[in-house]
Amino acid sequence: MEGSRKGAVDMLAGDELSLGLPGGDGAKLDFVRTGGKRGFSETEVDLKLDLNGKESSSVEKVRPADPAKPPPAKAQVVGWPPVRSYRKNVIANNNKNSSGQDQAGEKGGLSGATSSLTFVKVSMDGAPYLRKIELKMYKTYKELSDALGKMFGSFTTGNYEAHQGMIDFMNENKLKDLLNRSDYVSTYEDKDGDWMLVGDVPWEMFIASCKRLRIMKGSEAIGLAPRAMEKCKGRG
Amino acid sequence: MSENNHHLHHPQQNHFCPAETMSEDEEPSRPSPPPPEPGSKKTRNCAAVHPSPHSDRVLEIVLEHVLQFLTASRDRNAASLVSKSWYRTEALTRSDVFIGNCYSVSPARVTTRFPRVRSVVIKGRPRFADFNLMPQNWGGHFGPWVATMGKAYPLLERVYLKRMSLTDRDLCLLADSFTKFKELVLVCCEGFGTSGLTAVVSKCRQLRVLDLSDTEVSYDGVDWISYFPEGETCLESLIFDCVECPINFEALESLVARSPALKKLRLNREVSIGQLYRLMVSAPNLTHLGTGAFGHPEPQDPNNQEMDYAAAFSACKSLVCLSGFREVMPDYLPAIYSVCANLTSLNLSYANIDVEQFKSVICQCFKLQILWVLDSVYDEGLQAVAATCRDLRELRVFPLNAQEDVEGPVSEVGLQAISEGCPKLESILYFCQRMTNAAVIAMSNNCPDLVVFRLCIMGRHQPDHITGAPMDEGFGAIVMNCKKLTRLAISGLLTDRAFAYIGMYGKLVRTLSVAFAGDSDTGLKYVLEGCPKLQKLEIRDSPFGDAALVSGLHHYYNMRFLWMSTCQLSRQGCQEVAHALPRLSVELLSYEENEKMDDDTVDVLYMYRSLHGPRDDAPQFVTIL
Repeated sequence: MEGSRKGAVDMLAGDELSLGLPGGDGAKLDFVRTGGKRGFSETEVDLKLDLNGKESSSVEKVRPADPAKPPPAKAQVVGWPPVRSYRKNVIANNNKNSSGQDQAGEKGGLSGATSSLTFVKVSMDGAPYLRKIELKMYKTYKELSDALGKMFGSFTTGNYEAHQGMIDFMNENKLKDLLNRSDYVSTYEDKDGDWMLVGDVPWEMFIASCKRLRIMKGSEAIGLAPRAMEKCKGRG
Repeated sequence: MSENNHHLHHPQQNHFCPAETMSEDEEPSRPSPPPPEPGSKKTRNCAAVHPSPHSDRVLEIVLEHVLQFLTASRDRNAASLVSKSWYRTEALTRSDVFIGNCYSVSPARVTTRFPRVRSVVIKGRPRFADFNLMPQNWGGHFGPWVATMGKAYPLLERVYLKRMSLTDRDLCLLADSFTKFKELVLVCCEGFGTSGLTAVVSKCRQLRVLDLSDTEVSYDGVDWISYFPEGETCLESLIFDCVECPINFEALESLVARSPALKKLRLNREVSIGQLYRLMVSAPNLTHLGTGAFGHPEPQDPNNQEMDYAAAFSACKSLVCLSGFREVMPDYLPAIYSVCANLTSLNLSYANIDVEQFKSVICQCFKLQILWVLDSVYDEGLQAVAATCRDLRELRVFPLNAQEDVEGPVSEVGLQAISEGCPKLESILYFCQRMTNAAVIAMSNNCPDLVVFRLCIMGRHQPDHITGAPMDEGFGAIVMNCKKLTRLAISGLLTDRAFAYIGMYGKLVRTLSVAFAGDSDTGLKYVLEGCPKLQKLEIRDSPFGDAALVSGLHHYYNMRFLWMSTCQLSRQGCQEVAHALPRLSVELLSYEENEKMDDDTVDVLYMYRSLHGPRDDAPQFVTIL
């Protein structure tokens, strides 16, 4: 495990999370050498982890995180913190209610422990495992993008275009340009079973209709673009 | 490292311990000796050298009478090992059976060994399944148990299930099979609907307890409350606070009115405060009350303005346990002031109230022993607890915002205050965003009676936020100083040193929960080699691999289970364990429902001792080695 952990350290050395391969091709080979085992440090990229402290004596003091720079938002991990879904849902529902919304209308919100959760599977072409994320943990496309980038960052060989917001689907050229520039784009399967490009609808609508996410090569996604545009035009 | 259920008392636990059974020879039982001749006088001494049938029988009768006084599981298990005669007699007189893992033994084996059982406790799914760490439908089905027990135990009175799956059909069979059925307690269960409940409430005429804590019940249109039989009921306890089904209030009101023995009533959030008022007025003898919504009364109720909620509470002179507040409007909180002084248990963990509102309540609760709150009460609220609740035994602080990287309202300040104000503390569950070793060490010194210490620092790998050091020393102090500690959950930045402490000092630890902790295999080895009483070990996302796994071979038969998810195990390593320990059921689970796992990666290892052999109801994502 030493080898792959060192790879992770290199990747985290800079302030920015660069999605290029840690240490060049070496780290990818590292992954293969360990027999495809998921090292925990690779799957949960954690910018707060001061690996210098861990690598050396465990008793040594660890440098506290620089207070001037707020840590970037972490990818939310499944089942963490360990609070049961039922409890999370009740409290989230109460929060909504107490912020002044109409009480009478809200009661229908909880019909079961898991029904209001939106866990979706996330897969990436070429990555050997799936992840599951809870969409409601994120508030914007950017947050989701950042999280996906971190989750699958070690597998990208090139450019992962982070969507800052909604994609302008009305401009076909712009869209094709985007897809050509990015090596990977995020797509999702919606309620109708169609595969769409992430970013085509307002965020709230997206989390209501997204059933599954797939990060695929930009070149493949180009095939989706016309359909996506048709659907968007249809929505008006 | 999470909530469990709110039970003031635990069901009687008679441990059915497969490990001990495994050590006995499997011999056919001797034919029963003839009854003693009339007029013969035999003393026990006669039996010593050449046991005659008469004295055998006398011995057994004496033993039967004596063993009836033995209720503790460990005592019964010990008694059963003395001799074949004691084994048989103990088996005949055991009325309460506890099965900690439903797959450790088959229903038939239980009913064969213990023919006269009145009460049964069965636990199913592993606890980490509560956090979506494995797909649903893993197992833990009640079906085979009720089918077998239905025939073997017609006089069964009590069933307590935790994390099991039941169907409506199972409940119907239960209702049909057990004519004297009295108590049904379902904790964290699921799989059935209101139809199943209807069967139980309508057919079990002697039902005293129906407790559905944290159990999911699907609403299939049947109004179960109205199916309780007419006339007076024997109901003592009706708990459905987490059941997300609409409730026919008229039926409920009528039920409460005709249940004179009712002491515990926990309502779900469908019951409004106005409806609560009416129920309280008709049941002032309640000792345990779950208030339901406790929010705005329904606008269409014309009597709202005149309801004197405070008076309704004052009238409940016996109230000692209060919970609910599912959609609380803090304006109504003062209604409970009059009962605060009597409360020994208060659960506000679904109530998002602010510091001042909380303090106005807690400052009157000087007899409180059990308190569950949200961290929205801030450190300041916890300081108020420390100032008033000198008798506190159990504290649980849940997060309002269960995420990492947010501002946390409670911290080491609250923990320190509690440790100083509540020296009798026995059990704590504390969610926070930041913590210091100093506060944890203080608690280890101030609260020597701690039996359960579960600290969840929600940011993964968070060090002591003042010194920057790992949290090793804090947890080390806990295991060192709290000599009665049996349950521990650790979090924050932790190195192998923390595990060294646990292995060295945690000699009574039975349950250990680990997440995102440790440096290497050595950590897990410390624990497996050092903690002789370890029964339940659940680990996630920690760098422990095959070498660590095999270091526990000497101990796994003594454990109820081991769970390891997203660690560094390989299939070969798990196979090695499966070969070395044939009576261990080694399950490899995949995170994805429809996919068997990759050859090498192990998503989840869940292994447990079993007399049964591999189970035959495993779904596709489970591989049993």
